[in-house]
Amino acid sequence: MTAGINLFEQQARNRRLTVAWLVLFILFFAWLGFGGDLALYLAAASRTEGQVAYRFPWIGLVVTTIAAITAWVSWRKGPQQVLWSTGARELATPQTLEEKQLVDVVEEMAIAAGLPKPKVYVIDDEDPNAFATGRDASTACIAVTTGLLAVVNREELQAVIAHEMGHVRNLDVRLMTLIASLVGVIVVLSNGMGRMLRGGGWLRGGKGKASGPLLAAAAVVFVLWLITLILAPFISRIMAMAVSRDREYLADATGAELTRNPGALASALEKIETHEAPTTHIKEGAAHLCIADPLGRDVNLKEGRLADLLATHPPMAMRITRLKGMAFQQLKAAGKQPTA
Amino acid sequence: MGSILLLVILIVIAVWVVSAYNGLISLKNQTVNAWKQIDVQLKRRHDLIPNLVNTVKGSMEFEKDTLQAVVDARSKAMASGGGGVKETAAAEGMLSGALGKLFVVMERYPDLKSSQNVRDLQEELSSTENKIAFARQLYNDVATGYNTKQQQFPTNLVAGLAKAEIAELWEIEDKAEREVPAVDLSLKKPQG
Repeated sequence: MTAGINLFEQQARNRRLTVAWLVLFILFFAWLGFGGDLALYLAAASRTEGQVAYRFPWIGLVVTTIAAITAWVSWRKGPQQVLWSTGARELATPQTLEEKQLVDVVEEMAIAAGLPKPKVYVIDDEDPNAFATGRDASTACIAVTTGLLAVVNREELQAVIAHEMGHVRNLDVRLMTLIASLVGVIVVLSNGMGRMLRGGGWLRGGKGKASGPLLAAAAVVFVLWLITLILAPFISRIMAMAVSRDREYLADATGAELTRNPGALASALEKIETHEAPTTHIKEGAAHLCIADPLGRDVNLKEGRLADLLATHPPMAMRITRLKGMAFQQLKAAGKQPTA
Repeated sequence: MGSILLLVILIVIAVWVVSAYNGLISLKNQTVNAWKQIDVQLKRRHDLIPNLVNTVKGSMEFEKDTLQAVVDARSKAMASGGGGVKETAAAEGMLSGALGKLFVVMERYPDLKSSQNVRDLQEELSSTENKIAFARQLYNDVATGYNTKQQQFPTNLVAGLAKAEIAELWEIEDKAEREVPAVDLSLKKPQG
């Protein structure tokens, strides 16, 4: 059961990464807040020798408070916001046979994974795609587009849902929600502080003559602080993308483990790729959650340094090849002659 | 010095015994729970079959045997409910086979296939079939993990203490059942 070992390794890895991200962000917020204070303190100290006017770390405390509140709110509300931003509607009482099939398939996969049944959402969008979100297995939501329902058959739908169940079981949904909420906080904070800096002349002024080394230190700290403030949104987004890309291969493998049918996922991915239509509902905020990149960015088609940095998804051709390899192994193990 | 070392060793052993024991108990409960999941789905299937039989009975006068086979298999499966894994597996396997045959025969009746009611029932039943299969898959995986754990050294030393017994796997015995014809209920024509 190598797949089982992989699964627990992945869960443990996700837990570790969750903690690592939290620590990293706390340090980052501390720097964002108290770094500014440090610059101000040094600047103040350079002007007034002996008696320092700036003692209380206002920026640090304000930033920490805002960050904590915003992060908590978006951690609790994040999954709903993502669903809302894509215009997903919950499928509580399925009407058509197609909708019943979807709910049935989700129930089947929840049983296969031994997890509670996630909520099912449908997005009215031509582009075939699907994503999972939530904080853990009991709050998980799985959303699919009507375009997906239109192009795949039951087996392939099952494979796609199994892939999403894989994200739920591997705790990818938790990590992604956490990262999304933290990245959101950083973007908000850095925008807000940038505006404050431009608006207020509160860095200038002050009495007394500035003296050499302390002022230089203040300037260095301030410049560093400003650079992180400007780059923070980009860096945090790139990091979030890297985390999401890694997980697609493993969710493919987990999905194949749940259905024992890797071939179906391969053909579902092929259909998703060929039926690609411009998406009108899935925006950048939800793109990294999807089974295939909804924005159709070229960078996701390549492997390499730049793609490694910017792509949210591994190249589709690679994923399909790997799944077909699994299907071939399965046939060989069953002692049958692989056909077609 | 010697006594302290002895004490440390004893504590380490005690901690290990407790954690190994708890691990086995947790696996045992998971196995029991996985079995219950199968049970839920089996009951669901037993409840659905009379509906299906009543709905299709009128249109399928000529297929009395096929219908009767399903009804018989169902009552046998329900009777075997309290038995062990083997009996349940065998009886439910028969039922799966009979249902599969019925679905294949139903394909020959276009007016049946086009009825909304029948299609809904068929989707529900085939979904239940899938759920049984997946619940069985989960049970077999969990039970295998439990069996392996209680046989492996050194966990096997506390297996007796935890009253761990080898859980029977749900094997698919006859080839006919393994090859139950897949019922494709998708509304779309298969592409490619």
